[in-house]
Amino acid sequence: MSVAAAFFYLFAFVLIASAFMVISSRNPVHSVLFLILAFVNAAGLFILIGAEFLALILVVVYVGAVAVLFLFVVMMLDVDFVELRQGFLQYLPIGMIVGAIFLAELVLVLGAWATGPGVAQAVSAAANVAPAGAEAVSNVRAIGQVLYTDYIYFFQAAGFVLLVAMIGAIVLTLRHKAGVKRQSISAQVERTAKTAIEVVKVRPGQGL
Amino acid sequence: MDIGLSHYLTVAAILFTLGTLGIFLNRKNVIVILMSVELILLAVNINLVAFSAFLGNLTGQIFALLVLTVAAAEAAIGLAILVVFYRNRGSIAVEDINAMKG
Repeated sequence: MSVAAAFFYLFAFVLIASAFMVISSRNPVHSVLFLILAFVNAAGLFILIGAEFLALILVVVYVGAVAVLFLFVVMMLDVDFVELRQGFLQYLPIGMIVGAIFLAELVLVLGAWATGPGVAQAVSAAANVAPAGAEAVSNVRAIGQVLYTDYIYFFQAAGFVLLVAMIGAIVLTLRHKAGVKRQSISAQVERTAKTAIEVVKVRPGQGL
Repeated sequence: MDIGLSHYLTVAAILFTLGTLGIFLNRKNVIVILMSVELILLAVNINLVAFSAFLGNLTGQIFALLVLTVAAAEAAIGLAILVVFYRNRGSIAVEDINAMKG
């Protein structure tokens, strides 16, 4: 067994084991930490297969952003997770049956997958980066050459999705507390000398 | 034994099944359901990247990048909705989410 094969089985085993722990762990914080482990191992699989850019993006985006987001929410909400776990065993038999059938079907379909003798060459010839030239160009450079030219509209659409998600998350979670004094810039700008100063004539001996 | 395309596809299939199983088992906990959805999207990404690498076509990796973007946006929006729901109801149990009588 070659080193690459050994590493494939290591990454695949840890990936599946941690994915199993994600769905079966009692504590949601442990679930999030196992999710991070699963994503790191998936990044290892991506590196083995030659997709270094996606592997590092996976680590940066998931471990750096999404998992930390999950962790914040799990720790911020004061939820009784023991109560939420009731019914776990109730759904176990039906879930196992559905999962076993689903997995058997998927493995039967995908295990028998075989590309025809000429398919890989035909696709590569039609692709933008030929496999012979792909050795000379690194994965990051190849993705950059394709992403910013042929797929520029998809790239822009992805950026727009992120913008909408950002605005949506801010709008959803922003709340105005009553009784908090805030700066009102429009009121400050509208203020003039006429409205700000009041001239009062004070007669001697009477006061205001 | 050489590592081929079907090895990666099998790993992705097992991961996908675990994700669906997680949705079934944790019917009450929205956070774990969201994590299961992330696992499913990861399985899809593994499929896309495996096909991309074995067919020598970069389109699969570009698409995996877009799936990653959508997954991040979905996690952010989903958790924001969760926080708002917790503020309003004081609970995140799925059975309590019936305000729209759906």
